[in-house]
Amino acid sequence: MRSARVAFDGAIHDAVPHADGLQLADGRVLAEDAVVWLPPVAEIGTIIALGLNYADHVKELSKELTQTSKDEPLVFLKTAGSLLGHRARTRRPVDAAFMHYECELAVVIGRRARRVKAADALAHVQGYTVCNDYAIRDYLENWYRPNLRVKNRDGATVLGPWLVSADEVPDPQALALGTRVNGRVVQQGTTANMIHTVAALIEYLSDFMTLAPGDIILTGTPEGTVNCDVGDEVVCEIEGIGRLVNTLVADAPPAP
Amino acid sequence: MPALSFDFAPWRLSGTVVGVLLNHRPALAALGDAVNAAPYKAAPKAPVLYVKPRNTQVGDGACVAVPAGVPELEVGAALGLVIGRSAYRVSAGDALAHVAGLVIVADLSVPHESFYRPSVRLKARDGFCPIGPRVWPLSAVPALDALAVRVAVDGRSVHETSTGERVRGAAKLLADVSGFMTLAPGDVLLTGVAAGAPRVAAGHAVSVAIEGLGALSFELVTEEPA
Repeated sequence: MRSARVAFDGAIHDAVPHADGLQLADGRVLAEDAVVWLPPVAEIGTIIALGLNYADHVKELSKELTQTSKDEPLVFLKTAGSLLGHRARTRRPVDAAFMHYECELAVVIGRRARRVKAADALAHVQGYTVCNDYAIRDYLENWYRPNLRVKNRDGATVLGPWLVSADEVPDPQALALGTRVNGRVVQQGTTANMIHTVAALIEYLSDFMTLAPGDIILTGTPEGTVNCDVGDEVVCEIEGIGRLVNTLVADAPPAP
Repeated sequence: MPALSFDFAPWRLSGTVVGVLLNHRPALAALGDAVNAAPYKAAPKAPVLYVKPRNTQVGDGACVAVPAGVPELEVGAALGLVIGRSAYRVSAGDALAHVAGLVIVADLSVPHESFYRPSVRLKARDGFCPIGPRVWPLSAVPALDALAVRVAVDGRSVHETSTGERVRGAAKLLADVSGFMTLAPGDVLLTGVAAGAPRVAAGHAVSVAIEGLGALSFELVTEEPA
């Protein structure tokens, strides 16, 4: 099953796909561009993100850097205020020279998980969605990397459009994913290249932190991260999960 | 989430707690020239922020598990600013108008030497963020940046500091953080931990007191084996 959350005509609705766009829980059928898409999870908990979880991306960033499945995953945390829905606009800071998208498989926890083994881990997943986890590299400092200024800016964690229930995704490690900027393919990969699989990440995390429904794990991005500018349309797509559209706009200076 | 409600809006915490590292000038100074050496290569420019997620948040009187193989935990005694009104790009002069109240937070960590990319396992374990016992209005204290802070273990005082000597005082910190992320009602922003944070072990009863805000208490227990 696929579900979305949208704002339409003054209220927030649950919606499902329809041949003509989407259908609200009350039966109304609407075009994709007739609604405001919200992140597809109503009660968002902890947002857990992975750095360097694709072998090809590790190679791209540094020749010296290594990260294998034997190493501890590189995890950082984000807050729900950073989230944005499908088809929305992300504000690009005026002073940034290097801001890039990151197409990621997002895992939404559906059942409490504490000290869960990898073999049982996927039973704790409610579903999957697409995330574009923008980074503003200009702000990277070497203290508690990557700092919130790089990865937790308002509206720079795009999520959606659909939450696809886990029963529709028999193998989360066999999905093609990639990004197009203004129609040009800039990032192509497969979740088969994840260093730590979804199941391994749930085992690792649940060993020290209890995962609860609404927690979201952003599982990292493959190689191919290039700068994007104001006006660029950035489309992140994961096979069988969805196609997430975002546009960069100039960040307006604060009102006087 | 701690069972923590209060007498004024926003009534409850949101579950978002943001902490700041090295916001105490003596703590930063203690690093000396190391800030310019690898892996840091420069002193921090922006506030060094981290998230204490909802699984860490427990209320006054909680029992917190010390993981097996870890002899001691570090207790970061912190003043928490509870946001009352959405704060985005606020000035330092306006910042405190966005604060609903104040609360004591014990920011617990497994001690670690490196601030480069420490594992979240060291700061985000279940129960590692006791909060309470209640949220006080700003009027409960005279000045946010000069409050006495005391940590006691089994009734004996082990660390006496203050909320002062900050790289960024409460208002400036809130202003800078709000420069790129909205702090929403019920979010908590910690104003940092003083140098020399005390260490505690399983079996200890700990209290963190901040002038005007009472004391937050919790106990440390040995984690049950997996």
